[in-house]
Amino acid sequence: MPGKIPLLVLSRLGVTLITLLIVSFVVFAATLLLPGDVVEILLGQAATPEAVAGLREAMHLDSPALVRYGQWLLGLLHGDFGVSYANSMPVADMIGGRLMNTLRLAAVTTLLAVPLALFLGITAAMYRGSIYDRAVTMIIVSVISVPEFLIATLAVLIFAVWLRWLPALSLANEIQSFGQLLKVFAMPVITLTCVIAAQMVRMTRAAVIDALQMPFVEMALLKGASKTRMVLRHALPNAIGPIANAIALSLSYLLGGVIIVETIFNYPGIAKLMVDAVATRDLPLIQSCAMIFCFGFLLLITLADIIAILANPRLRT
Amino acid sequence: MTQPLVDIQNLMVEARTDSGRKVEIIKGVSFTVEKGEIVALIGESGSGKTTIALTMMGYTRPGCRISGGKVTLGGRDLVTMSEKQRQALRGTDVAYVPQSAAAAFNPAQRLIDQVIEVAGIHKLMPKAEARAKAISLFRALALPAPETIGERYPHQVSGGQLQRLAAAMALIGDPQLLIFDEPTTALDVTTQIEVLRAFKDVMRKGGMAGIYVSHDLAVVAQIADRIIVLKGGEIQEEGTTQEILHNARHPYTRELLSAFEPAVFQPHEPKDTKSVVRRPVLEVSNIYAGYGPLGGDGLPAKVVLSDVSCKLYKGQNLGVIGESGSGKSTLARVVAGLLPPARGTVEFNGRELDTEAARRSKEDLRRMQIVFQLADTALNPARSIADILGRPLTFYHGQKGAAREARIKELLDMVHLPSAIRHRMPGELSGGQKQRVNFARALAANPDVILCDEITSALDTVVAAAIIDLLKELQSSLNLSYVFISHDLSTVQSICDQVMVMQNGRTVELLANSQLPEGANHHYSQLLFASVPKLDTGWLDSLPAGFAATGN
Repeated sequence: MPGKIPLLVLSRLGVTLITLLIVSFVVFAATLLLPGDVVEILLGQAATPEAVAGLREAMHLDSPALVRYGQWLLGLLHGDFGVSYANSMPVADMIGGRLMNTLRLAAVTTLLAVPLALFLGITAAMYRGSIYDRAVTMIIVSVISVPEFLIATLAVLIFAVWLRWLPALSLANEIQSFGQLLKVFAMPVITLTCVIAAQMVRMTRAAVIDALQMPFVEMALLKGASKTRMVLRHALPNAIGPIANAIALSLSYLLGGVIIVETIFNYPGIAKLMVDAVATRDLPLIQSCAMIFCFGFLLLITLADIIAILANPRLRT
Repeated sequence: MTQPLVDIQNLMVEARTDSGRKVEIIKGVSFTVEKGEIVALIGESGSGKTTIALTMMGYTRPGCRISGGKVTLGGRDLVTMSEKQRQALRGTDVAYVPQSAAAAFNPAQRLIDQVIEVAGIHKLMPKAEARAKAISLFRALALPAPETIGERYPHQVSGGQLQRLAAAMALIGDPQLLIFDEPTTALDVTTQIEVLRAFKDVMRKGGMAGIYVSHDLAVVAQIADRIIVLKGGEIQEEGTTQEILHNARHPYTRELLSAFEPAVFQPHEPKDTKSVVRRPVLEVSNIYAGYGPLGGDGLPAKVVLSDVSCKLYKGQNLGVIGESGSGKSTLARVVAGLLPPARGTVEFNGRELDTEAARRSKEDLRRMQIVFQLADTALNPARSIADILGRPLTFYHGQKGAAREARIKELLDMVHLPSAIRHRMPGELSGGQKQRVNFARALAANPDVILCDEITSALDTVVAAAIIDLLKELQSSLNLSYVFISHDLSTVQSICDQVMVMQNGRTVELLANSQLPEGANHHYSQLLFASVPKLDTGWLDSLPAGFAATGN
């Protein structure tokens, strides 16, 4: 069955595309349901009935919803995200810089959190039941239980107010050197790492423990393999599927779920942009942000599934 | 006098239960193994045979630890040495062949990489040399395509081949001692012969010492020089193979031996001998069944049963015998309505049943019950025994309260279990007790026919014999008819009036009990019956070369 893997990967990608289409419909429908009228908000006190009607027509708000959905979707396919209602700038321009900021923060967090979580999860599984394992588990549980705004606030209090090591605000456009980059990113990254690593550590630990109980790991031990070899060569390759999924779920949080962190550190990311857009009923901006979040989420999950497919030896030849 | 290769003195192993209680599972065992000698450890599950074998690798399963005694291998004590020193011994001085090779191979790696891993871990030889050695071992173990079989993944080779590959994996480091942990238990009888023969050849040529762990005396008789009989973590009897087979002193050993005596079969004569025409209670006609989507010819993509027909007469038993993959369990699923056949009919008392259990009447369902092989998975672990037995009573008979309670006690009494057991959970019972509950659950419906799917296969010989006795006893008192599915000729022979031999989803032949086993006409039945190991040390060697080759 040589053609099985490409076929499975393709069908998985197909599912992603269909999901994306459904998501776009839901996003569009949901924004229509938002209370308040953009035209009245835009016009403010000048909202005479004539002005409202005129602006509606100018913004094509009077055509049926499905038609507008079609136009919007076509635009998306051509890379045209529309024009912001609030300040008449192209949405793409507004998002562009912000998205880069968010992605930069996400990338730095990923680089720190994923290796850290894998290391902690795997070592905790290796020394299951030891003091080390219990300490890791306990710290993880307490980190999960503390809300992120508390972690962020505490970080500001300790590092910026008491120790004065780091700036309280993360002004991303002032980065000149690597040292500055570290300073600017330090606190948001620490906070986000705490939030997302916890889940990954727990899932990695569980998956590796599961794999370690397989008879072939005992067989490796009886062949004289060391503990490290048992874990890295035998247990881990069979635990990649669940671990990849746990990582994808955790990382997807870095795109849309970082609003609290962005707000506290005044970091100009995309989540903050979306919340501002909701306040001004800026539908194209909201829709685009929502689509980006969903797209990122689907991308990560699809990637994890494809990794799981590729890691499945039964599909190899 | 030279020093023995293995010297075990007063070995004790302690296990910690989930509740933190400590239990001694090996209670002071002592024995020795000479160089080049094969010693068998024999006993039922829970006797500690695998635990003892693993201590010779300096290993105990998680939750267990060696709490006393000495295990010396070549003069060095495995109990006191460091874990690093033990790692250095494993794979080189002593190697292990597992019970289930299918589970012992890492599904994510190619076979050859796993076979030669020992050489890599201990830096015994360069990779190319190890590969060449592995290939020569594959050849010595009579594996097909020795040059290329290693390039495959574990799921791409058969069970018998995997077992031989596991032996190659153990042999690659030229160990002085080889531990076989029930290496043929999971195999079909015809495959077992090939594997046993390959093992014996390699061991003989290499002059290696071996520990052979098994519950099957007949298998052990073919390969071992000496036998140690274990029960409850203690040695019951020890002697040369001939002594144990012919002059067993200990009652437990005799009990094990008696399981091999030809079973006495009492034919079930129909009670109403006056009626000339006997109508079968269950008649299966021309069944075609399988899995996957139906093709253009109306047959599923993977056909498991082709044109299978059989009849079961009231008060009699029909045995279905065959190797794994012969379709015997699928037949039970079709009869029970769990797998609707593509073609063919199932008639019950002369009336055609619906192909799907969901559309059969409650009365039809009640009159035909099925008992599965693994009581562990068939019994809900979260329900008490009373709940498990009470459910069919309420479902089929609408019994509640005191009547139900009384009937539960009666059912437990029928299967010879104390009534106090009804408050327990399945996990608290032994394997034999669970299978009795599993059977009582079928009896609760008051059925006419019970389909028994390998119900004794997972049990120890002595326990299995007791279950068969129970089945016979209940048959005469409740006028039941059994369809008895098994791969084991001796159990089928002891209880069935008629035996259907199956191979590759087809009926090979139908034999009356009196024709077993010599009366078989078809060469496959003859092969199958002749492959059952005999309690005779020369049996394996007396078989002609290439004996089982026709079975594949």
